[in-house]
Order: sequence, then structure tokens, then C-alpha cells
Amino acid sequence: MPDPLLEVRAIDAYYGDFQALFGVSLRVNAGEVVAVIGANGAGKSTLLKSIAGLMRPKAGDIIFDGEPIGAAPAFAVVKRGIALVPEGRRLFPSLTVEENLLIGGQSRRPGPWTLDRVYDLFPVLAERRHLPAPALSGGQQQMCSIGRALMSNPRLLLCDEISLGLAPIIVRDIYARLPAIVAEGLALIVVEQDIAQALKAARQVYCLQEGGIALQGPARELTREKISAAYFGV
Amino acid sequence: MQWLNVILQGVLIGGLYAMFAAGLSLIFGVMRLVNIAHGDLIVLAAYVALLVTQALGVDPLTSLLLVVPIMAIIGYALQRGLLNYTLGDDLLPPFLVTFGLSIIIQNGLLELFTADSRKLQAGAIEIQTFEVMQGVWIGVLPLIQFAVAVAVIAGLQVLFYKTALGRAFRATSDDQAVAQLMGLDTRHVFAMAMALSLAVIAIAGVFLAVRTNFDPAIGPARLIFGFEAVIIGGLGNMWGTLVGGVILGVSQAIGAQINPGWQLLAGHLAFLAILALRPQGLFPKVSG
Repeated sequence: MPDPLLEVRAIDAYYGDFQALFGVSLRVNAGEVVAVIGANGAGKSTLLKSIAGLMRPKAGDIIFDGEPIGAAPAFAVVKRGIALVPEGRRLFPSLTVEENLLIGGQSRRPGPWTLDRVYDLFPVLAERRHLPAPALSGGQQQMCSIGRALMSNPRLLLCDEISLGLAPIIVRDIYARLPAIVAEGLALIVVEQDIAQALKAARQVYCLQEGGIALQGPARELTREKISAAYFGV
Repeated sequence: MQWLNVILQGVLIGGLYAMFAAGLSLIFGVMRLVNIAHGDLIVLAAYVALLVTQALGVDPLTSLLLVVPIMAIIGYALQRGLLNYTLGDDLLPPFLVTFGLSIIIQNGLLELFTADSRKLQAGAIEIQTFEVMQGVWIGVLPLIQFAVAVAVIAGLQVLFYKTALGRAFRATSDDQAVAQLMGLDTRHVFAMAMALSLAVIAIAGVFLAVRTNFDPAIGPARLIFGFEAVIIGGLGNMWGTLVGGVILGVSQAIGAQINPGWQLLAGHLAFLAILALRPQGLFPKVSG
């Protein structure tokens, strides 16, 4: 097996005294799409935040490209090539659409993604580039948030619940762009509650339950029954 | 004619108040920090300028070339070394720490420079005036001071809305966690904001020290003028801050003209009137 791009080794994460992750491990190879599924509160977002450097795991290691990043702050992690599309989009409301994208490129990593390439991927953003970010519809905001993350030219993109609160047709539209993004050679972790969407997009699936990995395997080998057992713990 | 003169002088001093206010507004906008030591830092800048002019024998306006970078470095260090540790969900810790800082600066200056009044000497330019129309006179120095204030406000406006640093300020102000995800070290961004604030303070301090006598105890009153100008203009609006400064300056001038004892009172009354009638200020920030 080749060395993975990202290896999460048995991390524990806490919010104060509350333990949110119990010995979670995960591997992502370069160019691979991995889905993390699980019910509300299973620890999916916590896992992404730990990888992105917004939280520091209390135990375990996070190895990216052969180097430990578990203790690195978020602004240093993004410079190494990990970008997070946060849950709820979290655009900067005081900034225009274009400024949101430009600030995503603040880390100045070289790579294929530029303002023009993001506008090619999401043409509607080009039309609305000078509007304040809150003037966009939910789906457009999600596109802007994905574009903002791409602007840092990541080698690993983390997407937290990109379907949340969006109409199914919009979700399909956004997921239809993922192959074009992965074609640039970056690896992707998608966190989703929408299991069908996640299974379609991913090769490898991890299912979290109450802060631990309840099930993992290639997407095509996981049956509905296995997943619902792991998802709900029944 | 006399009243026109009075109002004009008030407008010009308003530029100085706007410079007191701009740095205060900037810091609150970027990091929700109420800097109680702001006025004392203005006085500190005046003493730094005093040392520079004495040591190098340059005039006060030239001393700005040194005083501005010195104050900016102090600002950066102050934020990185102290104030960043006070920031959090609670507004109280930075409030208390800057209050303590205010006392430390006042007493430090008192130890070093005694309580004697000082003044920066700008030479002949201090008393130069010209007559704009029959009976209406403008001082060269107040005019320069006002022009510098307008330039400072315009510069801050451009920096905030047209540069990468300004974008970083606004993004960090919106959402610190996500700003970090963009590769911004928010500790550095905050320190840059404080450096900028103290650079503006340096300019304000030098003009203050050329205009009037200063001693270690006059900081808190400058802080109040700054606060009043910010509130009158509307929080988060730089041009509003300039208008706020001008309104304060004109009110004080009119008050002083009626009765010399009413100068400060008139300014405070104008502030209270606006706070009562329009608590959000004249030009509150709409968005951005």
C-alpha cells in the first residue's frame, strides 16, 4: 500500500470535558474521495475540525504528507495544503463574493485554481462577483464557499455537510461539479448526512457513531443494512 | 464674521478629534477591544515626539517620520505580547487590562518627565495665518492638521476596502475561526491593526502637542473626545468619524464663544443630544 496523503491515527478530541472523538483513525490516499457519514453529533464535524487545525486532538496523531500536523494551528495547516469548506458555509458577510474568493487565496499556494478557474466552475459567481456575500442564495453561497477553499490550491479538500439546508436539485448540481474538482488531483473528504449522495461520490466510506468509527469499507461493498446498523447503532 | 471664524476653527480642530477617534474605531471594529489606554498612548506619542525633536533638533512635523514607525512598533508589540491574551468572548478582560495600561503609562510618564507642561515648538508656522475673506482668518497649522486628518481617514478607507490587509481586517472581524482557515494568523492580523491604530495615534499626538501644552495626565480627556466623535459619527464608519469630530469641535468652539467655561460642556451636550436622538450615530455602518 502506498503512503497515504493523510493518516489520522487514533485521535481523541474534547470540547472542554466532553469527549467527542474516541480513537478515530482514517486514511486518505492522494486523489481519493472519502465519505464520512453518521448521525447528528456522531463527531463528523469534530473530525474535520481536528484535521483542519481548528481543534487540537488530546491524543493520537494526524500525519499529512509524512509530517505530523496535529498540533499545528489552522492558518499553518492551510498553507500545507488542507482546506475546509465549513458547515453552514460561513462566508465573510462584510466581503463581496470576489473578496471572499480572494481571501481564500491569501495563503498563496501555487496551483491550478485561480479566480478565473473558480468562475469557470461556478459561472453564476462571476455574474455576482461584486455583490456582498449575504446577497447570494444558499446554493450560490455554498459554491462560493467551495470556491474560496479551492483558491488555496489544497491537496486535500474537506467538505462539511455541503448539502445542508439546500434544495435537492441544488445539491445534485453542486455534487455534479465534484468530479471536475477531483480531476485536478486533489483528495476529498466529504462529510454528509445525505448517505445516498455520499455513497455515490466516494470510493471509501467511514461511518461514525458516538465519536467512534462504527463501520468502514469501499463504498460499493457496503450494503444498506450494514450502514443503517452502523448509523443508528441498532 | 466672528461666528464664521469660530465655526471654522471648530471644524479645523474637529480634524484632530477625528484622528483621536479613528484609531479607537479601527481597533473596536477589528477585534471588539475598547482601548481605555488610547488617550494615554496619544500623550505617549507626544512625549516620544518631544524626545525625537530634542535629540535630533528637527521640527515636530519632520519628527513624524520617526514617531509614526516607533509607535507602530510599540502597537504591534503591545498586541502580540499582551492584548492578544485578553481577547475572547468576554469584553471585560481587555477593558480592564487597557485600564491598567492607562494608569501605568500615566505614572511612567510622570516618573520620566515630571508633571511639568510641555509643548512642541513648530516655529513660525504656528502663528502664520491667512485671510480667506474679509475678516475670516485661517491658521496655517490648523489647516495642515485638518488636511492631514482628511488624508488619514481617506487612507484608512482605501486600506480597509482596497487592500489585502484591509480584507484580512474585515474577514477577521467577521469570523475569526474561518479567517484562520484562510491562512490568516489572527494574532498577527490583530497586531497589524494595533500597529496601524498607533501610527494614527502618533500623528494625532504630534499635532496635539504642537497645538497645546501637554502633561502626563491629559490622556483620559482625549479618550473621551475620541469616544464622542466615534459615537456621534456612527460606529464603524470612518467618514462618519470625521463628521463626528467636526461636530464635536464646532460645538466646543461655539460653547467657548458664548462663555469660555462652556467649551467642554457644549461638546458633551452635543454628544448627549445625538446619543438621545440618534443612538446609532449619524452614519451607522450599513454593511461592510
